[in-house]
Amino acid sequence: MTKRIIALALAALLSFAMLTACGDKQPAATDGTTASDSAVSDSTDATGGADEVKGTLVIGCIGPITGAAAVYGNNVKNGAQLAVDEINAAGGVNGYYLDFKFQDDEHDAEKSVNAYNKLMDEGMQVLMGTVTSAPCIAVAAVALDDNMFMLTPSGSAVECVANPNAFRICFSDPDQGIGSADYIAEHQLASKIAVFYNVSDVYSTGIYEKFAAEAAVKGLEVVTAQAFTKDSATDFSVQIQKIKESGAELVFLPIYYQEASLFLEQAAAAGLETKYFGCDGLDGVIGQLGDKAALAEGVMLLTPFVADSKEEKSAAFTAAYEKAFGETPIQFAADAYDAIYTIKAALEEANVTDPDIDCSSLSDALTAAMLKITVDGVTGSMTWSESGEPTKTPKAMVIKDGTYASMD
Amino acid sequence: MKTKTAVKKAPLLSREAKDRTITYIMMAVIFVAVQLYLASGQAGRSFKGLLVPTCVYILAAISLNLVVGVSGELSLGAAGFMCIGAFTGSVFSIITSASIPNAAIRFPVAILLGGVVAAIFGFLIGIPVLRLRGDYLAIVTLAFGEIIKSVFNNLYLSIDKNGVFLSMSAEAKAAHVFDLETKRDIIKGAQGITGTPRDSSFVICFVVVVIALIIMLNFMDSKQGRAVMAARDNRIAAEAMGVNVTRAKMTAFVMSAFFGGVAGVLYAHNLSTLQAVKFDYNLSILILVFVVLGGMRKMRNIVISTAILYILPEALRALNDYRMLIYAIVLIVMMIVNNNAAIKAMVEKLRDGLRDRAKAGKKEEGGEA
Amino acid sequence: MSSFFSYLITGVSLGSIYALIALGYTMVYGIAKMLNFAHGDIIMIGGYMTFVVGQSLGLPVWATILFGIAVCTLLGVTIEKIAYKPLRSATSLAVLITAIGVSYFLQNAALLGFGSAARTTTSVVPKFSIPLGDIRVSGETVVTIAVSVLIMVGLTLFVNYTKSGKAMRAVSEDRGAAQLMGINVNATISLTFAIGSALAGVAAVLLCSTYTQLSPYTGAMPGIKAFTAAVFGGIGSIPGAMIGGIVLGVIENLSKAYISTQLSDAIVFAVLIVVLLVKPTGIMGKKISEKV
Repeated sequence: MTKRIIALALAALLSFAMLTACGDKQPAATDGTTASDSAVSDSTDATGGADEVKGTLVIGCIGPITGAAAVYGNNVKNGAQLAVDEINAAGGVNGYYLDFKFQDDEHDAEKSVNAYNKLMDEGMQVLMGTVTSAPCIAVAAVALDDNMFMLTPSGSAVECVANPNAFRICFSDPDQGIGSADYIAEHQLASKIAVFYNVSDVYSTGIYEKFAAEAAVKGLEVVTAQAFTKDSATDFSVQIQKIKESGAELVFLPIYYQEASLFLEQAAAAGLETKYFGCDGLDGVIGQLGDKAALAEGVMLLTPFVADSKEEKSAAFTAAYEKAFGETPIQFAADAYDAIYTIKAALEEANVTDPDIDCSSLSDALTAAMLKITVDGVTGSMTWSESGEPTKTPKAMVIKDGTYASMD
Repeated sequence: MKTKTAVKKAPLLSREAKDRTITYIMMAVIFVAVQLYLASGQAGRSFKGLLVPTCVYILAAISLNLVVGVSGELSLGAAGFMCIGAFTGSVFSIITSASIPNAAIRFPVAILLGGVVAAIFGFLIGIPVLRLRGDYLAIVTLAFGEIIKSVFNNLYLSIDKNGVFLSMSAEAKAAHVFDLETKRDIIKGAQGITGTPRDSSFVICFVVVVIALIIMLNFMDSKQGRAVMAARDNRIAAEAMGVNVTRAKMTAFVMSAFFGGVAGVLYAHNLSTLQAVKFDYNLSILILVFVVLGGMRKMRNIVISTAILYILPEALRALNDYRMLIYAIVLIVMMIVNNNAAIKAMVEKLRDGLRDRAKAGKKEEGGEA
Repeated sequence: MSSFFSYLITGVSLGSIYALIALGYTMVYGIAKMLNFAHGDIIMIGGYMTFVVGQSLGLPVWATILFGIAVCTLLGVTIEKIAYKPLRSATSLAVLITAIGVSYFLQNAALLGFGSAARTTTSVVPKFSIPLGDIRVSGETVVTIAVSVLIMVGLTLFVNYTKSGKAMRAVSEDRGAAQLMGINVNATISLTFAIGSALAGVAAVLLCSTYTQLSPYTGAMPGIKAFTAAVFGGIGSIPGAMIGGIVLGVIENLSKAYISTQLSDAIVFAVLIVVLLVKPTGIMGKKISEKV
């Protein structure tokens, strides 16, 4: 009994030490003098215009950096940090610097709200997030209560931006489903289609459902829909065999590149010879396959960004990211990079000059500004409507000779 | 040490009643302390935000303790009952949010409904589960938990003016003709439920936890409760004494399912979104960790261990990337400190020393008086 | 019919991986009487050691495999010394929770050490396949089945006929009595962990050769599935783990093929429940006699 109490007391002490330690940091953070602002002080030296630049505006971000979805959160964190560092090095926005604070949510709605509250304690004024869809919906409800402006880089479910104060950089799931069906029908890529999707994933099922509905409208025949679950996401032999027996000419893959690369490898081994068509989640498949990139030859995808694009802006971003973090960015990093520049553009459009502005007034200003700005980002040129959805055109790409090539 | 030698006079309260009183006093002190801290204006958003989930996990942990600690059966399916409660309560609240706008009426009904439905499933699942022992029982509860998760993950529920549509397949839903004007999607497969009214508040959740504690502690002190504990300590002896072990264990199992379901309802009404994947075996194991670290005996220890362990990873946020790594280390160290024989002996020695000194002090006082 | 046959074959190949992992699980459970929830994560570390560290050191294939197995063994023994040994006299549930802590630790350590992005691995099995009717059985499957059978036979012989093996059985039967007979219980349990972890190393090589992707969470799910398989076969029984693994793989594939891919997880577990209700100690489980 006693030893249990001692152990728990130790842990409690640790918890409280941590909590108070964080509490102390709060006032310092708004002054912009914490250690995490090293980028800020560096850039002050570099630009030399320190007397003009005063204060910081805190941008909070939430995403998974531990747990199975960690790769998405890490990419968003890095992509955003890259943009923030660039902006601060160039002298900040409207006479102040940006301070970027990131909190982990483990891809869990409940933890995401906890992270949001933590960021509120740290003086967050704008929310860039959250990274994944389900947590994003939970946070959106809380952010609406606070009237906190939120711009999600990659939360693609419809409900993520249902509130007036919420916007996004990526396409919505239904748009991707409908867009894919339209593209396949328009270019007559196939008439018999099989779908292979992740039934335990919001993104994948969201796209699949709209794709199926739109395919029916466009006269495409979905001959079979094969699913896998999060818990059985390595062995696809049965699904591949079923697709083979269905006589499909094209397999639609509304899934992420990790599973897609396993699928492509197993499909090739099983002798499945169909066309493949995917959405933005497939970006990264070449890098994932590595030496076996030949397996992805001929795969088509609708995506706003590809990492090894020859286009100037994307190429510059990819190079800078690789230099800073030693790995190739995926589309999430590009979305986050664009999100930070979008916030910058909106701050400039709304002419927000006071970095200590409260989040609610800032939200009103930014919400109005979002409808007026055009951002020419790495993921395309974007404008926003009141629905919170970006208007941009996805590019249809095909993988050719180990790289992405435009299909149009 | 274990035997009390001198029997002086009958104490005012029985040992169990005294124990219960301590638990209630502790809960009252916690409640007052939290309210005072909130009233002082010092509390940050993090603190306020953690209150409801902490209560939810405390409820989940004490109800799991009815099975693991009180009945002595390892259950790895606690999340399954939370899942049933969460979805039932959420669906009820969404459907009735228009007809019963008053949350003070709607929410208690949702809580009861979620608990009752979970308890019914607890009974049905309990029939096969309680026939098994040990690790086989553990794996079957894990299996039921995963089945429940999987079923809700594939469930589609929509209503329109023509009635209710319920299906396990997206294809069937796509083929169904809805009246588009009145169609409302309630459960959308893997996308789950969105837009649950956020009715859970700290006061409501805390009151529910206290009610649960009262019911559970009274149960443990009742005939049935004693039968369960007797069967845990020695099943054969208990059966020989004429205890209906299966019935007693079933009572504990169903009660555990009921409060697990209630915890699910509270969980669902704290967030505006709900997905079945949340209720996987990882969640069951997390709750089990709370119970085991709380010692699996006294409910109040589990309340404390849950509160600390739930808040710990949140408190470690300052460590950023190293947060979960440190959490894992703390977990291992706590487990070893709690259970290692050498450390145990050391602590006991220390305690005996203190007690002797206290006794000596008392004697002196007594001498003076 | 031919498609049924091919589902069966792919089921066996999936099941052979489960069987291989379950062998390590059941070995540790049978002797040390603990569910080592970290077993899957030791496999994951073995994968990184073989396919990432070993290959970046420029070692030849056989050396990377040995390196991976060696690191797993060392890791298993270290974990046992630090985390499990102090709990020798504690309840099995306390050890279970510690194992969960170790599992979290390994996952997060790998996350920090190797990053969150999944790595693509290259199979170490030479490219070949055996035609069997319509379909071809891949080299990985052939090797996995062969290795599993070898390990199963080897372990059975070891446990039944060597001195250390007999000591293991004695410890498993009655720890206290074994100690009184002069068996070093601690050393025996440590040896069990060493063997179990070495098996995890072997499983790592074949898992990452068959499903060529590796992330810090690669081990978690196969670990749970293998645990299920081990219980299915009768936990603690070495041939039971083998049979349990194969049967689980076949059931999984047949339920995907004939019932629903969406609900395959639920169906697998439903079958498990039915089997355990009919035969409450698993397929090859011993009858438990209750002591009064």
